[in-house]
Amino acid sequence: MSTTETKTENKTDMTQNLKDLKAREKQLAEWSYEWHPIDKGYNNRTLYINVGDCRIEEKPVSEQMKEKFVGGKGFGLRLLWDATTPSTKWDDPENEIIISPGPIGGITQYSGAGKSLVVSLSPQTDSVMDSNVGGFFGPFMKFSGFDALELQGKAEKDIIIFIDGVNHIVKIYEDPGFAVDSHIMGEELTEYFAEDEKDAKNIGIVSAGAAAEHSLIGMLNFTFWDSKRKMVRLKQAGRGGIGTVFRNKNIKAIVAKIPGVKGNLNNVVDLEKIMEVGRDYAGEMRDLDDKQNQMKKKGTANIVNVMSDYDLLPTHNFKYGTHKDAPKIHSDFLRDKWFTLGINDGCWIGCAMQCAKGADDFELKTGPYKGTKVIVDGPEYETAAGLGSNIGVFDYQPILEANFYCDTYGICTITWGTIVAFIMECYENGVINKEITGGLELNFGNAEAALELLHQLARGEGFGKIAGTGVRQMKKLFVEKYGADAQFLQDIGMENKGLEYSQYVSKESLAQQGGYAMTNKGPQHDEAWLIFMDMVNNQIPTFDDKADALHWFPMFRTWFGLQGLCKIVWNDVTPADNKLEDEPHKIPKHVRNYLAVYEGVTGKKLDEAGLIVQSERVYNFQRIFNIRRGYGLRKHDAQPYRAAGPVTAEEYESRAERYDKQLQEILNYDIQGKSTEEKMAVLRKHREDQYEKLLDAVYERRGWTNNGVPKIEHLKKIGMDLPELIEVIKPLQ
Amino acid sequence: MKIILNNRDQEFDEQQLSISKIMEIKKFSYQKIIVKLNNTFIEKEDYPHTIVKEGDNLMILHLLAGG
Ligand code: SF4
Repeated sequence: MSTTETKTENKTDMTQNLKDLKAREKQLAEWSYEWHPIDKGYNNRTLYINVGDCRIEEKPVSEQMKEKFVGGKGFGLRLLWDATTPSTKWDDPENEIIISPGPIGGITQYSGAGKSLVVSLSPQTDSVMDSNVGGFFGPFMKFSGFDALELQGKAEKDIIIFIDGVNHIVKIYEDPGFAVDSHIMGEELTEYFAEDEKDAKNIGIVSAGAAAEHSLIGMLNFTFWDSKRKMVRLKQAGRGGIGTVFRNKNIKAIVAKIPGVKGNLNNVVDLEKIMEVGRDYAGEMRDLDDKQNQMKKKGTANIVNVMSDYDLLPTHNFKYGTHKDAPKIHSDFLRDKWFTLGINDGCWIGCAMQCAKGADDFELKTGPYKGTKVIVDGPEYETAAGLGSNIGVFDYQPILEANFYCDTYGICTITWGTIVAFIMECYENGVINKEITGGLELNFGNAEAALELLHQLARGEGFGKIAGTGVRQMKKLFVEKYGADAQFLQDIGMENKGLEYSQYVSKESLAQQGGYAMTNKGPQHDEAWLIFMDMVNNQIPTFDDKADALHWFPMFRTWFGLQGLCKIVWNDVTPADNKLEDEPHKIPKHVRNYLAVYEGVTGKKLDEAGLIVQSERVYNFQRIFNIRRGYGLRKHDAQPYRAAGPVTAEEYESRAERYDKQLQEILNYDIQGKSTEEKMAVLRKHREDQYEKLLDAVYERRGWTNNGVPKIEHLKKIGMDLPELIEVIKPLQ
Repeated sequence: MKIILNNRDQEFDEQQLSISKIMEIKKFSYQKIIVKLNNTFIEKEDYPHTIVKEGDNLMILHLLAGG
C-alpha cells in the first residue's frame, strides 16, 4: 500500500473516531464570561476551576499581587499558598495546579515569549514544584481572558476542560474516550475542537499520558501546531510529577481555543520599542548562530559533545564526565542524520532561535506503537544525556525511541534518565538482581531493557512501576526490603529534596553544587548553571564570588519564569560585541533588551536592580513556602556525595591524577604510600567542608540566617514583609 | 613553558604554542569564547598564528551560563 493510501486510511479512521467521540459527548458544566482586551500585559483576573464540584469562577488580580508576584511562577505560588494548608498532600483535592504565563507572555515580537509556569505540590518532594514549558496553551489561555488558570478538586471521572476564547465560555466535559497518550490525544483534540485544518493553529492543549497514571514522575505536554508539517508537536512541563497530580485529579486534557494570533493582543504600551530589540535579536540569530551554538540546527543538544570534552557529560549515573563511546552521540549526528532542517521549529510564534527540533518519520521498534512512523520532539541536551550517556547508551536510535515514549506516556526525560541510571548502578552492584527486576538485565548500556522498563511503567506493571516512584522512594525500598547499604545508596542516589538531578556533572564546580542543591524546588539547572564560570574560567574563585553568582544568576533566571520568557534565548547566542562589555558572561545587551521589552509591555520603568528585586521577592516567598511545609532549611540543601566527589574507588582512580594533585596542592596532603580509600576519605572531608562554607556564604549573601531562613530585615528591605511570611519565619530567626 | 591560563598556573612541555594548539590540548571545543592574551583581545581567525610564550597571561573565557 502506498504512503498516500495509508494516510487517507488513517484520516478516515480518525474522522470516524471523532464522530463516535462527538456522539458520546456529555457536558458537565458551562460558564460564560465577559471578555476584555488585555491591558498592558495583564487581564487582571484569573480563572478558577474546581473539577470536583464543577465550579468555575473568575478572581480579580489585585495591584499588590502584580507588584509583589508579577505573574507566572509568582502568581502560581501566591494562589497555591492561599489554596492549601501546611499539611495539604499532593493528592488531596485541595492541592492545585496553576498555569500562568506572565505579563510578557504571548508577545510575538521578541523571541521566546510563549512560556508558562506550572506550579503544584509535588508527589516527589511533598513541597512546591514549578516547571516551565513552551507551546500554545499558556498564551491562548491568556488571550482568552485570564492571567492564570487555577485547578482544584478531584473529578469523579475523567474530564476534558475547554476554554473557548472564541465564544467566551468555559466548559467541562466527561471524557468521551480520547486516547491516553499525548501524541494521539493531541491530534484527536485538535481535530475535535478546530473548525477545519486552518483553525488547528488556534488550539492549545495540555495533556499527560499512560505512565503519568502509574508513577510519581508524570509530566504535562503542551502542544504547539507545526504549520509546516501540519501536525501537533509537544513541549513538556517535566519536573516534579505535576502530570501525576493532573491525572490524580482525573483531568485528561485542557484545551484553549482562540480566534487567532495577531499584532498586539497584549495591548502593550510601546510595540515599536519591542519590535526594535526583537529585530535586532533576530539579526543576531541570523548572522551568528551558525558560528556559535547552531541552535537552529542542533537545538540544545549542541552541547552533548562539548560537555563530553569538558568531562561534564553524566555517564553511568554521574560517575564520569565522558566515555570512549561518547563520540557516537556527537551532536553532529543529530544535525546530519536525525533532525529535519530548514523548517520553523519555534515552540512559540516569533521565536528566532527555533531550537525545538524534530526528527521526522522515526520508525518505532518497540512498545505499543511499534512499526509506526512518528515525529520525535527532541532530543534536547538533557534528554540525550539522561536517556543516553548517563545510562550507558551511546546510540541515537534508542535515545530517540525512549524520548518519544517518555513524551507520549507523560513522564519527564530528565527524571527518568537519572532514575534508570540509579537502578543500573544498583543492579551492577548487586543491590538488586534479575529476580527483583522481573528478569530485566539492567546493566549500563542495555537500551532494550531500559525501554522495556519504560513500557512496564506505562502499563503500571512490574519493576517499571517501582522505578516510577523515583530515586528517593527506591532508596528507601532497597534498604528496607533488600537490605541495601543505606549510606551507599544515599551517596549514589542523585536526588535532593526528592527530585532527581538534571544532567550535568558538578563534581569539579563547587558553585554548581550549590546551583543544584540550594534550589527551591530541587536540583534543576534552571536556577543557575555556573560550571564554566567556576571550573573552566576560574572567574569566581572565592566564596564571596561564588555567593554573588549564586545570588545574581538564580534571581535573574527566576525573572524569566515571572514574565513568560524562555531562558534559552538569553544566552544561547551572543552579540558580536559582547566581549567589550564589563560583565560579558551576563550577556548584558540581552539583559537590556529584556528591560526594554518589560517597559514596552507594561509601561513601567525597570532597571537591573529592580529586576533582581522582583525575583527576590518571589524567590524568598518560595523558600518560605517550603519552610511552611516543614522543609526549606539548611539540612534540606544537603547534596548526595556523588554530586561533589568520587564515591567509589573506580571513580577516584579514573581521575586519580586530578584528585591526587588537588590533595597535594590544596590540602598539602602527602599521597605517598596512601591507599585509594585513604585518599578518598581526605578528599571527601575537604569537599564536604567546602560545601558547608559555600552554604554559609550564600545564605549570608541572600539575606538568610545560617539555617537558610530568610531574615525579617531582609524581607523588609525587598518589600516582601507580608504578615503571613513573617508568621512562618519569626520563630526561626 | 609556564603560563597563566584563566588565572591558574599552567605548564606545557612545549616552549611556545599557538592559541589553537592550546585549545586543542585543553579540549576547549566550545565555540562561544572570548580570548585575551596579555589583556589584548584575539579574534578567532588569529588563533592559529598567535603564539603564546613563557610567562604569558592567557584568558579563554567560556560564555555559557545557561545550560
Ligand atoms: S528558544 Fe527554543 S524553547 Fe525557547 S521559545 Fe524558542 S523554540 Fe521554544
